[in-house]
Amino acid sequence: MEQFDVAIIGAGVCGANIARKLSQYELDVALLEREIDVSLGTSKANSGIVHGGFHDHISTLKARLELQGALMFDRLHEELDFPFERCGILVAALHEDEMHAIEQLYLQGVDNGVIGIEMCSRERMLELEPKLNPDVVGGLYAPSGGILEPYRFVFSLVESAKKNGVRVKTEFEVSVAEREGDYWRIRSTSGQEIRARYVVNSAGLHADSISAAFGAERFEIAPRKGEYYLLDRMTKSKPSRVIFPVPTEVSKGILVIPTVEGTVLIGPTASPAQGKEDFATTRDQLEHILHSARMMVPSISESDVITSFAGLRASYGSDFYIKLSDKAPAFVQVAGIQSPGLTASPAIGDYVKDLLKKAGLRLVEKSEWDPYVHKVPRARDADPYALDGLVAKDPAYGDIVCRCERVSEAEIVAAIRAGHTTLDGIKYYTRAQMGRCQGGFCTYKIIRILMRETGMSFDEVTKRGGDSTVLRGSL
Amino acid sequence: MKQLNYDAVVIGGGAAGMAAAIELDARGHSVLILEREDTLGGILMQCIHNGFGLIEFNEELTGPEFAQRFEAQAREKNIETSLNTTVLELREENGFKAVYCVSPAEGMMRIEARAVVLAMGCRERNRGNIRIPGTRPAGVYTAGLAQRLVNIEGYIPGKDVVIIGSGDIGLIMARRMTWSGCKVHAVIEILPYPSGLTRNIVQCLNDFNIPLYLSHLVTDIYGKDRVEGIEVTPIESGALMREKAFKIPCDTVLLSVGLVPENELSRNAGIEIQPTTNGPWVDSALMTTMPGVFACGNVLHVHDLVDYVVEEARRAGANAAAWLSGYRPAREIRLKTGANIRYVMPMRLNPERENRVYMRSLVVKNDARLEVRLDGAVVKSRKLAHVQPSEMLSLTIGPTDVAAAGRDSVIEIALV
Repeated sequence: MEQFDVAIIGAGVCGANIARKLSQYELDVALLEREIDVSLGTSKANSGIVHGGFHDHISTLKARLELQGALMFDRLHEELDFPFERCGILVAALHEDEMHAIEQLYLQGVDNGVIGIEMCSRERMLELEPKLNPDVVGGLYAPSGGILEPYRFVFSLVESAKKNGVRVKTEFEVSVAEREGDYWRIRSTSGQEIRARYVVNSAGLHADSISAAFGAERFEIAPRKGEYYLLDRMTKSKPSRVIFPVPTEVSKGILVIPTVEGTVLIGPTASPAQGKEDFATTRDQLEHILHSARMMVPSISESDVITSFAGLRASYGSDFYIKLSDKAPAFVQVAGIQSPGLTASPAIGDYVKDLLKKAGLRLVEKSEWDPYVHKVPRARDADPYALDGLVAKDPAYGDIVCRCERVSEAEIVAAIRAGHTTLDGIKYYTRAQMGRCQGGFCTYKIIRILMRETGMSFDEVTKRGGDSTVLRGSL
Repeated sequence: MKQLNYDAVVIGGGAAGMAAAIELDARGHSVLILEREDTLGGILMQCIHNGFGLIEFNEELTGPEFAQRFEAQAREKNIETSLNTTVLELREENGFKAVYCVSPAEGMMRIEARAVVLAMGCRERNRGNIRIPGTRPAGVYTAGLAQRLVNIEGYIPGKDVVIIGSGDIGLIMARRMTWSGCKVHAVIEILPYPSGLTRNIVQCLNDFNIPLYLSHLVTDIYGKDRVEGIEVTPIESGALMREKAFKIPCDTVLLSVGLVPENELSRNAGIEIQPTTNGPWVDSALMTTMPGVFACGNVLHVHDLVDYVVEEARRAGANAAAWLSGYRPAREIRLKTGANIRYVMPMRLNPERENRVYMRSLVVKNDARLEVRLDGAVVKSRKLAHVQPSEMLSLTIGPTDVAAAGRDSVIEIALV
């Protein structure tokens, strides 16, 4: 049976950051994921924002980790080649009443030590973002806030962790765990078994059942749904900064987000989900998104909508729940990670490393740790001369498979070779199928490349594993 | 980076692109067709049913046969073609049109031309465009993708099928899926009348007893990994009858909910796009707002018959050739939509020539009359037994019709 020093359960953004952090030390680490690929849970469907550090007070764990995490992104971006940009964040007040809340956020931001945060007049707001509703009365500007592609971030973290020795096991759904001397013996639903001395529970929506399986604390993750619309990159309504409304008690509100790859995202809603598999979008909530987003940017049009989707927040309590279990030995809880979880995630990696050390894990730094991942050039980022050079080296760069997002065959092949062997995995790695035609033109080409590269038969091609087969017969 | 020079570049090697290139070549201009796929013919190649060419060739051909006739002409004339070539950018540079494109064999190419014909065709509207709520399982495809998978790749996307929208490709696929051993449970159309041609309703649905639900909206797609079914809600007097909603179990949903001209290249080049057609604004010569750049076929406006596409494309090719030879119209008359007309194509007339005008109705109507009015006075009219938005209308307006036109005259086309 394979034996590890640490097993991390859940390869979302927290698990991936923890795995990469631990890959710096002389440890045998396993990253266990129930889905067919990493980042297919909450980490794939969220706003993709590096927050500004003013929404929560520094007395909370989530604010401290958010502030610390936010500062780590420039270096991570350099090492890990995921799309990221500090475009800045605006919070817009549409009534004088809302300016009180803006002032509170500003003072909280100053208290938290946010760099460059400022209060803005109506004139300054409209200068910073001319697409804003002209009824804006003023607002807040946090220039350090940013945007990133969350799944690309996770993919890169996992690639980096793998490169430095972490074993990633997908389709490993933990079902039973028992104590065996100094080890946890962990069995998956399909009967695979491993042993690990320490376990990190970063199972997101399922952190409650994992905790129960290890006999640790009993708690309940209540999934809360966030629905989004994605708009065409050709929209006239693309702002240059992330626009927030004044937050409410339950959420940060409906945002207008210029994604780092050039499309526009509007959302999320915040409503209770009908269970942990409830990823359905609803007519009423989608109407609400359009209405609320138009309050901020009035020119947003239904005709720019490419797709809608829903993500689930793994909500539990009002703060992050990250601590050593009081009940189960050598077991770390990383639960209730909702907004600003993505921003905080690199700091969560460090924090969990320290918790494990406290619990007795010996940390010896590797001398040969390599922080960099292999950079895959992207056809859409290349100017004509650079693309010419890429094609000269690899003709597959000259075959543009996805016309809407300009993705070449070479990039599809790179995705497959990096282990993303489903249509969704390839989509998140390359953006093919993510543009305005939503795969109408390129899906059959991707299926062909996938079958050629992996030797899969047609009935093994899935959208995202499980029963999500794409083709059901041949002629 | 490879540099090339031609009199004209045609972007897109489907029916429109080939027809335009043949005209340019026939008038003595050097021309290059750029095609992103590995064959000429475009979407025709996956349309293996017949019904193409009744006007053009006076016989019924399949899509590939229709394409083959044009390809043979192009080959006979030795018209140059660059396959597997994706155009990335169109720009005005030093008074020339510069077309930047890439292919695996040639790498990046910069092609300089004096004229360009846009013939990139259209794409299908998808689920997101019409904002159908629900989950996002496997098994939801546009009808055209399903057509490609079945007719060229040789795969069946699913066995129990519901088709959303009654566009022509959806209707054709209802029959195709039935022939392939699948069960097509229903076609759901939001409008009170079908979006496709009447002949397709008869031959693809009625002949196979496939129910067509008019005035019904798909209000949910459900299923976890793969589609398990849809929810359909009737519309009565414009309101959703939620209490009358019903479910149809299925493993596959095909969407045939309209086509959109593919004008991202044109838009990025700064060419003005018309919101009613999603195609470029064009003058009497089918020339866009970028001088020397012409448009034809489904990139200009969505046609219902390829026969009309090639007619229009030949005109665009001939006009581009005339423009290259220095011809400019002395003056043009503005053409606008009157009652019950969604759009007219083109938007200007040349009073010295016969002008072919295409248009679409906004209404379903029997015993209608199409009127051409010059400054309010009817100068031409045509009786039509039946009109509907899915069937394109056309007429010609010539010098005699507009003899009375003055400097600021306007022609209006109305359906009464």
